[in-house]
Amino acid sequence: MKTMIILLQTLMLIALAPLLSGLIRKIKNNLRMRKGAVVVQPYYNFFKLMAKEEVISENVSWIFRITPYIVLSTVILALFMVPVILSEAPLNITGDFIVIIFLLSAGRFFMALSALEAGSAFGGMGSSREMFISSLVEPIALLTVFAVSINAQSTSLYAVFMQNNMQVSAVIAGMALLFVAIAETSRLPVDNQKTHLELTMIHEAMVLEYSGRSLALIELAGYIKQIIFFTLTVNIIIPFNLFPAGDIFAVSLNIAVYFLKLLTLCALIGFIEVMSAKVRLFRVVDFLAFGLVLATIAVIIALLGY
Amino acid sequence: MNLLNLNFSLIFDPLSQFFVFLILLVSIPCAVYSIGYLKHHYSSKKILLAWFLLVLFVGSMLMVVTVSNALLFLIFWEIMSLVSFFFVVFDTEDKKSIKAGILYIIMTHLGTAFIVFSFLLMFKYANSFDYYAIKQACLLMPAHTKNVVFLFLLIGFGTKAGIVPVHIWLPYAHPQAPSHISGIMSGVMIKTAVYGIIRFIIYILGADTLWWGNLILILASISCLIGIMYALIENDIKKLLAYSSVENMGIILFGVGASMVFISKGLPVLAVLALSAGLYHLINHGIFKSLLFLGAGSVYKATGLRNIEKLGGLIKPMPFTAVSFLIGSMAISALPPLNGFASEWLTLQVLFNGALNCSGAQAIAMCFYAAVLAITGGLAAACFVKAFGVTFLGLPRSEPARQAREVPPLMYYPMFFLSALIVIFGLFSAQIFKSLNRISQSLYGVNESTYNFSSGSFVITPVNTLSCAGLSIPFIAVMLIAIMVMVYLAVRIFAGPGKVTRDRTWSCGYYKIDSRNAYTGTAFSKPFRIAFSFFYRTSRKTEEIKSSYYHVKSIKYKTSITPVFKKYIYDLIYKRTFYAAKYLSKFQSGSIHFYIACIFMAIVFLILFMNRF
Repeated sequence: MKTMIILLQTLMLIALAPLLSGLIRKIKNNLRMRKGAVVVQPYYNFFKLMAKEEVISENVSWIFRITPYIVLSTVILALFMVPVILSEAPLNITGDFIVIIFLLSAGRFFMALSALEAGSAFGGMGSSREMFISSLVEPIALLTVFAVSINAQSTSLYAVFMQNNMQVSAVIAGMALLFVAIAETSRLPVDNQKTHLELTMIHEAMVLEYSGRSLALIELAGYIKQIIFFTLTVNIIIPFNLFPAGDIFAVSLNIAVYFLKLLTLCALIGFIEVMSAKVRLFRVVDFLAFGLVLATIAVIIALLGY
Repeated sequence: MNLLNLNFSLIFDPLSQFFVFLILLVSIPCAVYSIGYLKHHYSSKKILLAWFLLVLFVGSMLMVVTVSNALLFLIFWEIMSLVSFFFVVFDTEDKKSIKAGILYIIMTHLGTAFIVFSFLLMFKYANSFDYYAIKQACLLMPAHTKNVVFLFLLIGFGTKAGIVPVHIWLPYAHPQAPSHISGIMSGVMIKTAVYGIIRFIIYILGADTLWWGNLILILASISCLIGIMYALIENDIKKLLAYSSVENMGIILFGVGASMVFISKGLPVLAVLALSAGLYHLINHGIFKSLLFLGAGSVYKATGLRNIEKLGGLIKPMPFTAVSFLIGSMAISALPPLNGFASEWLTLQVLFNGALNCSGAQAIAMCFYAAVLAITGGLAAACFVKAFGVTFLGLPRSEPARQAREVPPLMYYPMFFLSALIVIFGLFSAQIFKSLNRISQSLYGVNESTYNFSSGSFVITPVNTLSCAGLSIPFIAVMLIAIMVMVYLAVRIFAGPGKVTRDRTWSCGYYKIDSRNAYTGTAFSKPFRIAFSFFYRTSRKTEEIKSSYYHVKSIKYKTSITPVFKKYIYDLIYKRTFYAAKYLSKFQSGSIHFYIACIFMAIVFLILFMNRF
């Protein structure tokens, strides 16, 4: 039963994941007084790309071909481990918060390799910059994990999410995780998803050689990664289990609150993206240093017991 | 004590068994590999010499970890160092080898000198070199003597282990040896130093002082960061791997140091967990680092090159080497579901439990170490994306790389064997961790069921008070494969087989791209060089060669970093030593009377000294 719920939840979140991007895009456009594309545009893009033929570089090897599948399956497995509906853990023993971070880095490793495959400068540029940013993001993510896990006395995500009181350290940790989320989902001011200039791309430069269904799968993986980070962020700042009573009514109320929180975060991210410009690559270090400071403060406060 | 009446008995306690297992596990594939590697590369006489030295090398390492007598330990330790020195200078015609060899032999003897000092200090209390006698005597040793012994042992073994700041020899010596020996040196030989630390500091001295463990943890975090930062900008593939060994020794010492902290804080359960995590990473590193060195050796054999800037595109002519190197790179970057991930996850759990169970500054320090481990992991992933990507992917950047052929089967079968070990040590992490726990338990002399860190046969669960977090690598592996198959099938069913066209690489409409357009190793590490320029102290020089005032024909670009440790510590010592020697050489007057007077004074001094103590 629990496995079925987890399976259902994962499928539901995969189906919902592109919607978040469409939503953020719509919010951004409305803030800029533009009409913008419909909210479901990411779905249209996905199906359009799925139907298209693929053109790949003649220099590439098998790594380039399997990378989309590896990236997608690592993020789906990571999504499996994120609790949304259930309050108890059926898969608790199989992975924790740290495993999720490592799984995502496995996908990134292959993306960076396949970017080097085609032998163009853009791929290498994207690969190098992505690894640079991710290596700076890693300590922030881990300190955040430590801060919330110290509150829960365990690195298990179920234990972390099922705290039903708001901790000061968790709020700060959630803010630090927001920095991680912005960097990992390649959003402004770290990276610009919508750029058309190859030299300013980071994530987009890595996938420059992909087309057709491979690109569709990679984009889907990106949407899923985004929903993972958003879920982690909102559920750390405001605990998921606000209505701890075990009946179906409380559960559905919790889920409704969860979606409300996601919506708020989307609005916030959209607002941040509209208000900020992309910073130079080496200014990203300063941006992330701020996140690192927040995460460190969160850990210290968590150790103090707040 | 009669020196001739030495106790030649060996010990086979779980710790020694573990190291014997590790040595054989790594050395045998490396030895098989050397059959193919040495052929056509050296004369038959030299091949014979290499085999003789290899047997001596492995034999001396086996003796180092099994003898039960400190004096014998030293003898075999010295044989091990000397034989590995001969391997470093094996390519005698290469000037770099001789230089690296001299550096190695000086550093390793400095280290050995410290070990000798500490053994003599212990002998003063025990009147015996036997481990058990020393262990008994150490209980009565005053605290300050213990501290001195600890520091000497740490410097001595730390030099061999290559922890910063005495790592200086490692990145020069390891790459110069033939590749299978580089694999054994990085995979096993430097691990004997960890054996020394565990045997002499934890087992014999009984790590009961808090700052010892903390000192090791601090050194470990420095080693991690500095090792991986130098590895990241290195373009010589074997040197890159050697620097990465410095980093991984740091990760191993995280486990060992945390264990010492926990035991002195009276947390034996965590101490067992931490030591087991350290040992787990130790054996994992032995496997994947030797695999990576063998892979680098195959590349060298096929192309004659070690500089990754001149390689590229090798995945096509050398598919087997490439797959093995990829698996090794994935394991060392701690990607699930391979073995490096299991041990790094465990090390993080050790630090997390340390933060939970310690208080105040110690807890904050534990979180800080975890952050260091995290950034190290990120940089290691970048480093190995570079090492694998620039070497094996893209287009070949030189003629030898273009003409590379796959190495003979005798060379890639050992690599396959080690790759299989990586997968096995990942999948069966729970069982392996269980047996490692037994080693740690026997070392600390505890044996209880509470020290069981696994539930079921496939799940590792580090101790936790409230709720457990666990890791099941087989589950992750099965799920990953299942999801991948399902995604593939879903795409196939709903979108059809799909059409794939191969065409030239997109480069903004410019279609004459060749290997010069691809990112090089230097370019890949450029963001790191700029962002961490406070550490690297980079200097670069650009020179434009112009055919006329307006037209630049070509650009010469040179970038270099300042090797901080070499420049500010070792060169200084080197200079001062030579200066002092020059000054002392004034005594070399040539007058025999003066020399006799000196000898006489020395004897008088010695007699006085003996009477005083």
